Amino acid sequence: MAKHHIETTVNGDAVEFLCDTEETLLDVLRDTLHLTGSKEGCGSGDCGACSVTLDGRLVCSCLVLGCEVGGRRIETIEGMAKGEALHPLQQRFLEHAALQCGICTPGFLVASKALLEMTPDPSEHEIRYWLAGNLCRCTGYDKIVTAVMDAAATMRKG
Amino acid sequence: MTMAETTANGSSQTYIGTRTIRPDGVDKVTGRARFGADFNLPGQLVGRVLRSPHAHARIVSIDASKAEALPGVKAVITRDDFGDQPSEFVPAGEMMMNYKDVVRNVMAREKALYEGHAVAAVAATSVAIARRALKLIDVKYEVLPHVIDVVQAMRPDAPLLHDDLFTAGVEPKPDKPSNIAKRVEITLGDIDAGFKKADVVVEREFKTAPVHQGYIEPHAALASVSEDGSTELWCSTQGHFLVRAHCARLLGLDISKVRVTASEIGGGFGGKTIIYLEPLAMALSRKAKRPVKMVMSREEVFKATGPTSGATVRVKMGATRDGKFVAGFAELKYQAGAFQGSPVQPGVMCAYAPYDIANVKVIGYDVVSNRPKVAAYRAPGAPISEFAVESVVDEIAKKLGLDPIELRMMNAAREGTKAAYGPKFGPIGLEETLNAVKKTEHWNTPLRKWQGRGVASGFWFNIGGETCASLTVNEDGTVSLMAGTPDIGGLRASLAAVAADELGVPYDKVRPIIGDTGSLGFNFLTGGSRSAFSGSMAIVEAAKQIKNDLCARACKLWETKPDQVAFEHGHVKPLGSIAEKFKPMSIADFAKIAGKTGGPIGGVGRINAQGAGPSLGTHLVDLEVDPETGRVTILRYTVAQDAGRALHPAYVEGQFQGGAVQGIGWALNEEYIYGDDGKLQNAGFLDYRMPVASDVPMIDAILVEVANPRHPYGVRGVGETPIVPPLGAIANAMENATGIRFTELPMSPPKVLKALKERGVSAKA
Repeated sequence: MAKHHIETTVNGDAVEFLCDTEETLLDVLRDTLHLTGSKEGCGSGDCGACSVTLDGRLVCSCLVLGCEVGGRRIETIEGMAKGEALHPLQQRFLEHAALQCGICTPGFLVASKALLEMTPDPSEHEIRYWLAGNLCRCTGYDKIVTAVMDAAATMRKG
Repeated sequence: MTMAETTANGSSQTYIGTRTIRPDGVDKVTGRARFGADFNLPGQLVGRVLRSPHAHARIVSIDASKAEALPGVKAVITRDDFGDQPSEFVPAGEMMMNYKDVVRNVMAREKALYEGHAVAAVAATSVAIARRALKLIDVKYEVLPHVIDVVQAMRPDAPLLHDDLFTAGVEPKPDKPSNIAKRVEITLGDIDAGFKKADVVVEREFKTAPVHQGYIEPHAALASVSEDGSTELWCSTQGHFLVRAHCARLLGLDISKVRVTASEIGGGFGGKTIIYLEPLAMALSRKAKRPVKMVMSREEVFKATGPTSGATVRVKMGATRDGKFVAGFAELKYQAGAFQGSPVQPGVMCAYAPYDIANVKVIGYDVVSNRPKVAAYRAPGAPISEFAVESVVDEIAKKLGLDPIELRMMNAAREGTKAAYGPKFGPIGLEETLNAVKKTEHWNTPLRKWQGRGVASGFWFNIGGETCASLTVNEDGTVSLMAGTPDIGGLRASLAAVAADELGVPYDKVRPIIGDTGSLGFNFLTGGSRSAFSGSMAIVEAAKQIKNDLCARACKLWETKPDQVAFEHGHVKPLGSIAEKFKPMSIADFAKIAGKTGGPIGGVGRINAQGAGPSLGTHLVDLEVDPETGRVTILRYTVAQDAGRALHPAYVEGQFQGGAVQGIGWALNEEYIYGDDGKLQNAGFLDYRMPVASDVPMIDAILVEVANPRHPYGVRGVGETPIVPPLGAIANAMENATGIRFTELPMSPPKVLKALKERGVSAKA
């Protein structure tokens, strides 16, 4: 079967690509668009390492098909820093040592950003439940949650 | 290399012990960092593995002709593509592996020994073609009876995995093969005499489930083998030098032909100390004459890699009325998976290591069964045996009416204690961690009904080993640092801090990278909590060479003798009679004139690091049991552990916190579940339930620093000990919450609910 021709927006850039029906958005991002910041940890939506936003909504890109994203707005980890300035979440993750191996980090950052855009002043409880779809095996989550709370405080100050 | 030499040699401690930003951090928060699956080469093919659907089967024949004929298929490999290997044990982390088994584990030969065992592999131009090709490979199996459980596997009538496996370590040598690969034993004193002195004796049997390391990054490898055998290999590994050695061996190549680059590694915890895909990708690439990339699915990771052993453990301990431990006995039966080599040896060593007991006997059995071959997992073997001992210690405290921390304090191993496994300990910090925990507000906070508090201690011995690292002073005075142990949790930050302090240069002027196997001398792997300990010793040595060299250059420039110059805070200073005559010269000053004063400036530390001090810790946990569902919620958690000297406190805390949460998963939820058909039923993150953020509270971390005298800065390995105490601490807390002594892990909701019902403990009570 012929491939699908898809036109979409990734991190503000107009993008077009061809994909098979069975290819996931994650496959397209990584293999076709060479945006390898989104990671495949499970391929079944259980680990959150492939988190991206689709029209502002947090999704696992391994559970979205490439042919579904035509005309949508996709944001990935690669679009998070603006120029030379890291996003406050990225900065706080570094300062709080909220990553060890770093494989889950892009997913956590994308998911946390989606949370803070909706809920600028989340409680620890809210952060923990929002991030329950992102697995981290290194940190025990302590420093991740701390970094998100600290970034939220920074962002509230503007 | 002594402490006096290095600190007297003009190093400050500006960055060591501070929370610097990791040098590789920006790449990791922007998605730039390249992990195993993030590499690609022009013309690369997709590699996929065909795996056994059976737990135990003789491979009668493999016909790959149809697959080979499929357009787009460029290579198919089977057992015929690997020569057999003689039996030879080589170190792999803290465990040993045997090449005869390794070649059979990467590709089944006579038999498939577990569901998921690799049987063939293909390289094709697309994923779809590779998948189709796998279906065209015709494997004829003769299905054999299988055995999964360790106790069943030890029975004389159990299905036999290897007909040439005779139990080692027993006299006389058995005349029949069995699934018991090895019996090990350590003894100290006389336990019979010890038990005679005991006023209280507690004996219990425990069972733990196999658990997976659970790294979020699946195994990945990209190999390119040229016509003359020159090989480039990128892979996610804890030890690329060992990958090189193993792959060269399996493919019959000179080690010099194989260059391995370790990608950023997305977690390992011991599970990436051995090889799986790497030799397959190389064999496929050699056959196809094109690069081949292979990445495991999560299902493959669960079915064909890791986990650590499940086990059955019997512990018997005796103590006097006033609480002195007088005898300790344990019998450990560890699953090795399909090939020998469980971590029973370290399990035996560690069982009673936290305590000063005169009479100890520990026996261990290494048992094969139809499961994936176990791999190292963080303090391999120790959490299992120490869980059992810590549970019994708690029970003894109850029987004697003693405070569990006081009882541990009374019996704590300390400097000069002779461990049952051999060594006499130098300075160690168990008492300090017990004291630290006792002083916390946590320990003194009251609990409510259905809540319980538990305490347990833990021990891991740590290792050093062969290490090579280099420092190069660049033309502008900045420093390039190269280490050869993959950075799994902040190593580059720690080593950069050491280099900056040793050379007296700003931290951000040191750029640390992990070199490939062609760039440095041999490095043993990242494991045994050795990378920061050994790596920092190698960096101190490399820095010493640079400082000596710069002093020698200054002597030439100033036409003076060595005793007239000294290296201090990044400068060579003139002393004595020439002190006023010349200005101190910085490293950058020398860098500018390197060409005129002897050429490039650099040092290489090549060491076999000795003196890794054990690290001991004590954990404190509060939990609550929901009597209606059996679910256990962790309410509060405190870790205190001896780090010797924390090079980077935040990453040391991170090790404590991460290890504790892995231990929480092990204690409460994680397990390999097999059906009667010998197939794994929960090979995915949904059903293999690792802790998520909402399952755990903040983990308070207390850094205890009892300096290791064998390290220039006092460092001890810290990475593994944190996973040891949680199992016992949680079981002890469960007993305090419910009155029930849980002896089987995981303490998952169905098991807890069943136990509550059996004891007539009802939600309304």
